[in-house]
Parts: sequence; structure tokens; C-alpha cells
Amino acid sequence: MSVATPPIDLHAAQVRKFKLQDMFFHQVTLLFAFIVLAALAGILISLAIEAMPAFRQFGLSFLWTNVWNVPEDQFGALSAIYGTVVTSIIALVIAVPISFGIALFLTETCPAWMRRPLGTAIELLAGVPSIIYGIWGLFVFAPLFSKYVQPYLQTAVGDTPIISGWFAGAPIGIGILTAGIVLSLMVIPFVASVMRDVFETVPPQLKESAYGVGCTTWEVVTHIVLPYTRVGVIGGIMLGLGRALGETMAVTFVIGNANRIVGSLFAPGTSIASTLANEFGEADPGLHISSLFALGLVLFVITFIVLAISQWLIKRGIAKQGI
Amino acid sequence: MHATRTLLKLSTLAAAMSLSLSALAIDVTGAGATFPYAVYTKWAEAYKAATGNQVNYQGIGSSGGIKQIKAKTVDFGGTDAPLKEADLDAAGLTQVPTVMGGVTIVINVPGIESGKLKLDGATAADMFRGTIKKWNDPAIAKLNPGVKLPDLAVTVAHRSDGSGTTYAFSHYLSKQSMGFMRDVGAGTTVNWPANGVGGKGNPGVAANVQKISGAIGYVDIADAMKNKMDFVALKNKAGNYIVPNQDAVADAAAGANFKVKGMAPDLLDQSHKNAWPITSATYILAYEKGSDASRQKGVVDFFTWSLKNGQKMAEELGFVPLPASVVKMVEAEMKNIK
Repeated sequence: MSVATPPIDLHAAQVRKFKLQDMFFHQVTLLFAFIVLAALAGILISLAIEAMPAFRQFGLSFLWTNVWNVPEDQFGALSAIYGTVVTSIIALVIAVPISFGIALFLTETCPAWMRRPLGTAIELLAGVPSIIYGIWGLFVFAPLFSKYVQPYLQTAVGDTPIISGWFAGAPIGIGILTAGIVLSLMVIPFVASVMRDVFETVPPQLKESAYGVGCTTWEVVTHIVLPYTRVGVIGGIMLGLGRALGETMAVTFVIGNANRIVGSLFAPGTSIASTLANEFGEADPGLHISSLFALGLVLFVITFIVLAISQWLIKRGIAKQGI
Repeated sequence: MHATRTLLKLSTLAAAMSLSLSALAIDVTGAGATFPYAVYTKWAEAYKAATGNQVNYQGIGSSGGIKQIKAKTVDFGGTDAPLKEADLDAAGLTQVPTVMGGVTIVINVPGIESGKLKLDGATAADMFRGTIKKWNDPAIAKLNPGVKLPDLAVTVAHRSDGSGTTYAFSHYLSKQSMGFMRDVGAGTTVNWPANGVGGKGNPGVAANVQKISGAIGYVDIADAMKNKMDFVALKNKAGNYIVPNQDAVADAAAGANFKVKGMAPDLLDQSHKNAWPITSATYILAYEKGSDASRQKGVVDFFTWSLKNGQKMAEELGFVPLPASVVKMVEAEMKNIK
């Protein structure tokens, strides 16, 4: 009997030990997860507290008031929100088709030997610090853009109603459109590499059988690859949008930093992130600082909404597929 | 036995500590305005080589400097916008100027050489508030008979970040024009007109002016010279058109009365016949009764040494030294920092 009991005890002890270990591991990882949540909540709360005076003074109309007058302590977020949203939309309009093309080429039609070097080059682009894009945009791209592209665009659209307004004004090279274009370059590597990765997850059997019944590459892409990877593609685009919305230094360099809304895309504007970067250092205590915090809060909320929409889209995509 | 050994150990430790303390130089920290950052760091470098004492200065912006010194996280604060007497008294701070500089108007107009375009304060103010929209405007033509002015749109290049340069420049234009004061205002960040383009820092404005044909902007004289920019001749209070240079800035200070609390007389638009109209000084703030006497002394020693030995270095960096009479007053005023 004394021979039989020890192994059982040993087993029980070991199970207890494992349970304890599991418990400990669970608690520690839970703590780590909560640190992130706590930091997030802390940021949100401190932003809200600092932004309070501005919201108390201007109310919710802070969000749709188009005025940013520091000497007279009048602040509204509309021009910054407008610049942020419009530059991000321009960036996506340019970046999504190009990234799509890059990803398709890399996964469907690229010769095998080119695949790795090209893919690596695109990933390297993602690692270029944003200030480099800003400097390049201001000193190289903007002068060329104002000399060769902007006048041409203006002649091309002529007097077309509405559209000519988008390209009105002096062709000075920096402004909303330039910021959008520079942003698109920064977003492309992110979107393209995500798209490439998800395109690669398509099971070869599906593609091969489609090719087998005589589909063209385009038909395979639109009927097999895209439906299969819709979720990932949306995720990649949203990732790009997230980067575009919050990008600071590159935009500060080329957007022209003017706190107002002009219909023309050639005109200087401002974004939330660039306004913060510009004005925080020398902001007067009081309403100015508080309004900057309020802008930060607005950016936080916009990013949150974008993520929420992307989640919703992805869920809907999954439901449609019936997975 | 054991006790004596411990005692011995303790005493050697104490001796070592006191030794290292006396060998440890006084470490002084300051933060604030970015405008004097170059000269303060240059002085700190030379001061360390001469005395072994370390001074750290962080260019975080004037309002940051005021905040930091009020929070007592630094030994001195730097600001381009001087505090008012009441603020100084309320906080128990002493304020002294350290070095001066000038702001100049720079332009990029094809066919007009540097220094050949004349502007007076009122016309400049109208250009910077967006009411003069073309370079061939009659108001500019009237001041420049014989100069061929192009039919070119005016683009105002301004600072996008809050800055002491904007503070001095907008105060000058506000003194020249009620319209400018009303439309644009005066401060570190102001309400620029619709034909404006913002650039970050003096280099950002300089780059925009150099790239945009028809641009007019404002930068520190030092930056204008460094970038070989086209500047204008600006009419001063005595009615003379002055081309920006360091002597003209020094002349502006010569006539000003520094014998006021805070030592911050208005240096803008001085009446000396050669005075550069847009002249300003930068200031440091320190507590009159500090908590750490050795660090307080460190601040006084550093600036006393720098004002005596660092004037040449300041000039080489494009700054303008304080006149000798003002330096004496600064030294006397710094006796309050204890």
C-alpha cells in the first residue's frame, strides 16, 4: 500500500503544480492585457480632462466651427478635420488601386525570381521614417509638382464646373493635394504587403481549378481571389487609412499649414496631427492648449470610428461568405 | 574590532563621497525658447571647457520654458515673450535679457534684387494681412519709383509653429497698422490671411519663400543671411530705409531704456536713425529665492561668464550682443538670483 500511494500523490501534486502554473500564467498575461487597456483608458481620460475647458467654452459646435484664431481665443476643429479626412481620402484613392496592382502582380503574374527582391523592396519602403517623406515632398516633389503638374492640371480641367474649383488657385506646390499624394506613397507599402499576404492565402486548388475550366487571370482574381480574401483586403485598406489619418511629420511639411477650408485641393490646409505638431510647443496656457487637446481627442475618436467601421465591414463580409 | 572596521569603512565611504561631491561640477539645467538655443548651447560648450561646469539647455519653446520654471523643474527658463512685471512679482522671478536678434522680411520676386525693394511698415502690414494681393499694387509702386513690379500674386509665407519670431514680427506690424492688429493680431501664433502658407521653423519659412514665386515672408536675420535670401529695405521710425544687419539691430537697442523691472523695453520701431525696426531680445527667468543655492549660483555664474566671454560667439551665430551698458545692468540685476 505504501508502495502504491506515492505515485498517485506525486501525480496529484504535479497536477496541482500545473494548475498553479496555469493559473499564474493566466493571471500574468491577463495583467499584461489590462496594462494596455489601462493605458488606453488613461490616455482617453487625460485627453478628455485637458479638453474639458475647450468643450465647455465652445460646446459641441467646436467640431463644426471653421475658425482657428489664436490671438482672439476662438477655436473650432472643422478645418483640421476637413484636412485630415480629405488628405486621407486622396491618399486612399491613389494608394488602393496601385497597391492592388502591386499585390496582384507579385502573387499572380510575377516571374518567380523577381518575387522576393520586389517584395522586399516594397516592405523596405514601409520602414522609411516619415520625416524623410516630408523632406522629399517639400524639397523635391513640391517644386516639380508646381512646375510641371499643377499648371497642366489647371489647363486640362479648364472651366469644367465643380472640378475646375478643385484645382483653382496659385500653383505653389504645397497644399492638400500634395499632402494626399505624399501620404499615398507612405500608405502603399502597408496596403500592398497586407494584400499580397492575404492573396497568398488563397488555396492553389481553387485557383488551379478556375484556370482549368478556362478562366482568364482577371476572372480568377475577381471571382476567386477577391471574394476569398475580401476581409483581409479591407483590413489592409483600413490599416492604410489609420496610418494616413495619424501621419504627422510628412504632412506638416507639405500641407501648407493654414487653418482654413478652401475648396481647392491646391490650397494650403491643415490636419489635426500637423496642427498639434505645429502649435503645441508654444501654445498659450488656457483655451489654446485645451483646444489642442480637444483636437487630439477628436483624432482619437475618428480613428476609433474607422476601426469600428472596418470591424463591422469585416464581420459583414464573413457573414456573406457564410463561413 | 568589528565595530571599528565598520566605522573605518563608513569614514572612507564618507570621505570618498565628499571627494566625489567636490569633484562633481554644478550641473545647471534650463529650458525654453528655441530662438537662443544655438547661442546657449555654444556658450555652454565653451563654459564647460573653461570651468568644467555643465549647463544643459533644452529648446522646448517659450511657453514651455515659462511653464517649466514655474513648475521648478529647471534652474532657469528661456522666453522670447517677456513676462510682465506683475507676473514676475507674483511668481518671485527675475528676468534679464541675454542676447538680441532681428526679424527681416524676405521676398522672392523675379527681377527684383535683394535690398532693392522698399517697404514701409503700413504697406508691409497690408501685404501680410492679405489686402495687398498683387506685387504691382499702387501702394508698393508708390514707394518704389523706377522698380519694375510684376503682375504676380502675393503669397504670404509664415510660421506654422508658435514662435518668438512671429511674436516680434506680429507686434511690429500691429503697431504699424490697426487693420493688421484687427485681422491678424499679435502673438506667438496668429491668424494669417487666406493667401498664406505655413512652414515649420525659420528654415521652413525660408524654404517656402525660396520655392514660391511671389512669396513674402519673415525670418530671423541670421537665417536670411545663412540662406542668402532676398530681403527688403524697411523704413524705420526716423524715416530711413534700412537694410537688415547686426549693427542696425544694435543701434535699436542703444536708444532703449532697460531700466525697468523685467528689463524688457519695447525694442520695436526705435527712433535711432539707423535702427532696424524689428528688433527683439530673448530673456531668461530664474527664481529670486531658489531652493538650491549652488544651482542658483550656477545660473548666475554661467550667464555672467557668457556675457563677458561669449559675445563674439553670439555674433558669429547671427545674434546681436547686448550693449555694454545693458550687460552691466544685467549683472547687477542677476544679484537678485540667490
